[in-house]
Amino acid sequence: MNPLYAELQWLPRVPKDFSGKLKSLGDSPGPSGRAIQALASYALDLNQLTKLAKVIDKARSSAHGLDPLEPFRLALLSNSTVDLMAPALLASAARYGIALEVVQPPYNQVAQEALAPDSKVNSSKPDAVLLALDYRALPLKLSPGDADASLATKKGAMGYLQTLRNGIKANSNAVCIFQTFAPPVETLFGSLDRALPGTLRNLIDGINCELAEFVLGSGDVLLDVAGLAETVGLANWHNTQLWNMGKFSFSDEVIPLYGDHVGRTIAAIRGKSRKVLVLDLDNTVWGGVIGDDGLEGIKVAQGDAQGEAHLALQRLALDLRQRGIVLAVSSKNSDEVARQPFEEHPEMLLKLDHIAVFQANWNDKATNIQAIAEELSLGLEAMVFLDDNPVERGLVRKLLPQVAVPELPEEPAYYARTLAAAGYFEAVTFAGEDLKRADFYRDNAKRANLQKQVGGVNAYLLSLNMTITFQPFDATSRARIVQLINKSNQYNLTTRRYTDLEVAAAENAPTVFTLQVRLADIFGDNGMISVVICRPAEDDVWEIDTWLMSCRVLGRCVENMVLCEILKHARTAGIEKLSGIYRPTERNKLVVDHYAKLGFTKTAEEESGLTRWELAVEGAEPESVPMEVISHGFASVLENSIS
Amino acid sequence: MDEPQIYARLAEIFRDVFDEDSIEVTPELSARDVDSWDSLNHIRLILTVEKAFKVKFSTAEVGKLKQVGDLVALIKSRA
Repeated sequence: MNPLYAELQWLPRVPKDFSGKLKSLGDSPGPSGRAIQALASYALDLNQLTKLAKVIDKARSSAHGLDPLEPFRLALLSNSTVDLMAPALLASAARYGIALEVVQPPYNQVAQEALAPDSKVNSSKPDAVLLALDYRALPLKLSPGDADASLATKKGAMGYLQTLRNGIKANSNAVCIFQTFAPPVETLFGSLDRALPGTLRNLIDGINCELAEFVLGSGDVLLDVAGLAETVGLANWHNTQLWNMGKFSFSDEVIPLYGDHVGRTIAAIRGKSRKVLVLDLDNTVWGGVIGDDGLEGIKVAQGDAQGEAHLALQRLALDLRQRGIVLAVSSKNSDEVARQPFEEHPEMLLKLDHIAVFQANWNDKATNIQAIAEELSLGLEAMVFLDDNPVERGLVRKLLPQVAVPELPEEPAYYARTLAAAGYFEAVTFAGEDLKRADFYRDNAKRANLQKQVGGVNAYLLSLNMTITFQPFDATSRARIVQLINKSNQYNLTTRRYTDLEVAAAENAPTVFTLQVRLADIFGDNGMISVVICRPAEDDVWEIDTWLMSCRVLGRCVENMVLCEILKHARTAGIEKLSGIYRPTERNKLVVDHYAKLGFTKTAEEESGLTRWELAVEGAEPESVPMEVISHGFASVLENSIS
Repeated sequence: MDEPQIYARLAEIFRDVFDEDSIEVTPELSARDVDSWDSLNHIRLILTVEKAFKVKFSTAEVGKLKQVGDLVALIKSRA
C-alpha cells in the first residue's frame, strides 16, 4: 500500500521513547490535554493508538481531566466489529484537539439503536452518530440487467438509511455522519459491472451518489469512505480474512488513516479546521534559490519536470485560496528579491495579490509566523506551515506547537499530494461567504510588524546536535567549491568568481589559507555550506578574499564558528591581523553588517558602498555556539605557510 | 532468525500489544496467563506478529494456536 496513506507520512515519525513518554504522562499532575495532543500528533500505528487511547481514558476520569481538549461524544452505529478501531478514533481525535468519548452499542444493533428512544445510543445524548456501515449492512439484491429491480433496490437502501437518520434525529437530535460505501473488489462480469444496472458495483455507485446528494441537502455530514478506499486501493481496503475471522469491515492497516479522517471530520464540525497556509518560497513554491539562482535559474516553468512539480503546489494553493483559505509567505530572503518572481516571472501562478501577508526577511520563521497570525487576527491553531527544510519545520514545531507543520518528501512532485492528504482544511459545509474570505484577509501583500523574537531559538539550535567540519580545499571537493563560488549571491562578502584552475591554484599555493566547511545535524548532512579564502596581504596580515555561505544554514551561528577556525589557524601561522572587505552587489545586502557583527572595526568606506574591516587576531574572541568541531587536513598547508 | 531471536522479538511485541512490561514470553505462555489476552487483542497480536515477521498466517493456522510455542513453530516454518 502507498506509505503516504498507510503510514500517515505527513506526520512526524514516532520517537523511540514513545512508550516512556506515555508513561510519564500518566504520572504527571495537572490537566494533560496538551501533552496528549502532542503525542497524538506523531504518525502512530494501531498498537500505539490503542495504548494512547488507554491513557486518554484514564486521564478523562482523573480529577484534572483532558483540558483544554474539547469534549465530543460520538456514538458508533455499525454492522461490523468496531472494537479494533474505536481506540484509534479516540487517539486520532486528540490529534485535532478533541477529547472524544465513544459510545459503542452492542454488535450489529443498528436499527434498534437508531429507532428506540431509550437505546444506548440515543440515551447517551451524543453530539454525533457515526453510521460506520459498510455495503454488507445494506439490503442489496443483485439483479444484473434489470433496471427496474435495480432502481427498487437503491430506493430500498436509501430508505433504510433515511429511516435510521430520522430515528436518530427524533430521539437524540445528534448530527448524523454518513459514510459512502467502498464497493468490494470482486466483479461479476468485469468492467461491465460498472455499467450494468443491478450489479453490486453499479448499485453501490448509485447509492453513493444519492447519499452524497441527500447529505448536501439535509445538513448531515459525509465521510467519504469510498473515496478513501479508492485512494489506497480497494484490494488494500478490504481484507476478507479479517471479515471472516472477526467481522472487521476493513483492513487493520488502514485504521490509522480512517481514524485520522474521522478526527478531522469532527474537528471540522467543531470549526477547528485550519484557515491559513503559510508558504516557504525557495525549493517549496519554486525549485532553487531565488537569491542565488536568479529569475532565470529558478525552476517554475511548464515543460520542466521539477518546475511542474512546484507549479502543481502553486495550483493547489491557488485552488485552496479560491475556496477561502488564506495564503501567506514566510521566506528567508530580502523582501525585494523574494517578490521578484511574483512580479516578473511569467509562469508563476501565484501573484502578490493572492498573498495576504508577505514576510521575507532574515528572522527565524517562528517569529514570522507569529507575526502573520497577529496581522490576520487568527490564532496559531489556524495556521499550516509548508517548508521543504526539515530544520525550519523542526523549529516551528518546537516553538509554536499549535501550528500544523507537515513533513514533506524529498521529491517535490509529491508536495501537493502530501499537503492535500494531511486534510488540514477539511470542511463539512461550504457557503458563499467562504469564497470571499481570502479577499477579506488580503491587504495587498502586506508585511506584518515583527514582534519580539519567539523564545527558545538557541535551545532549539542546541538540540540539533550540529557538527561542523573544516578542511582546506582539496581536489575531491574542488567541483563543489567552484560551484559555490560561482553561484552564491546572497551570503557572499566579495562575490568574486573563480574558475576551476584558479581554485586549484589557491588550493596549491602554500601561502593561501583556504577553508571548506560542512555542517551536519540530526536531520542529516547539509554538505558543504561555506567557503573561505584568505590571501597574505602585507606582513602578518590575511586578507579575506572570499567568504560565502549557503543561506540554508542561516541563523545557526555558522559564521561565528568559521571565524573561530580562521583565527585558530591565523595564530598558528603567526598572523596578527585579519582584513575583510564587503563589496556591495544587488544581491548581498544580507551581509552588509557581517563584519560588524563579528567584532571587526571599520577602517574605510568608499563611495561605491565598499567597506573595509579589520580584526586583531590577538584577543579576538568571537561568540561561539556549542557544536562539535572537526578540523582535519590542515597540517601541510600550515607548515608551508609558516616556512 | 533463530529461536532465541524470535522469542526476543515476540517479547517486545507482547509488551507492546498487551501494554504490560512484565510479560515473560515462554513456550508455555497462553491466553489464560495474561489478563488482557482476549479475542480482540489476540487478533491485534496476530496482525502485529504478521507485520513484524513479514509473514501471513491462514485462518486455519491461527485457529490452531494454543500457546506461544505453537506460534514460534509457525514463524519458523515460514523462515
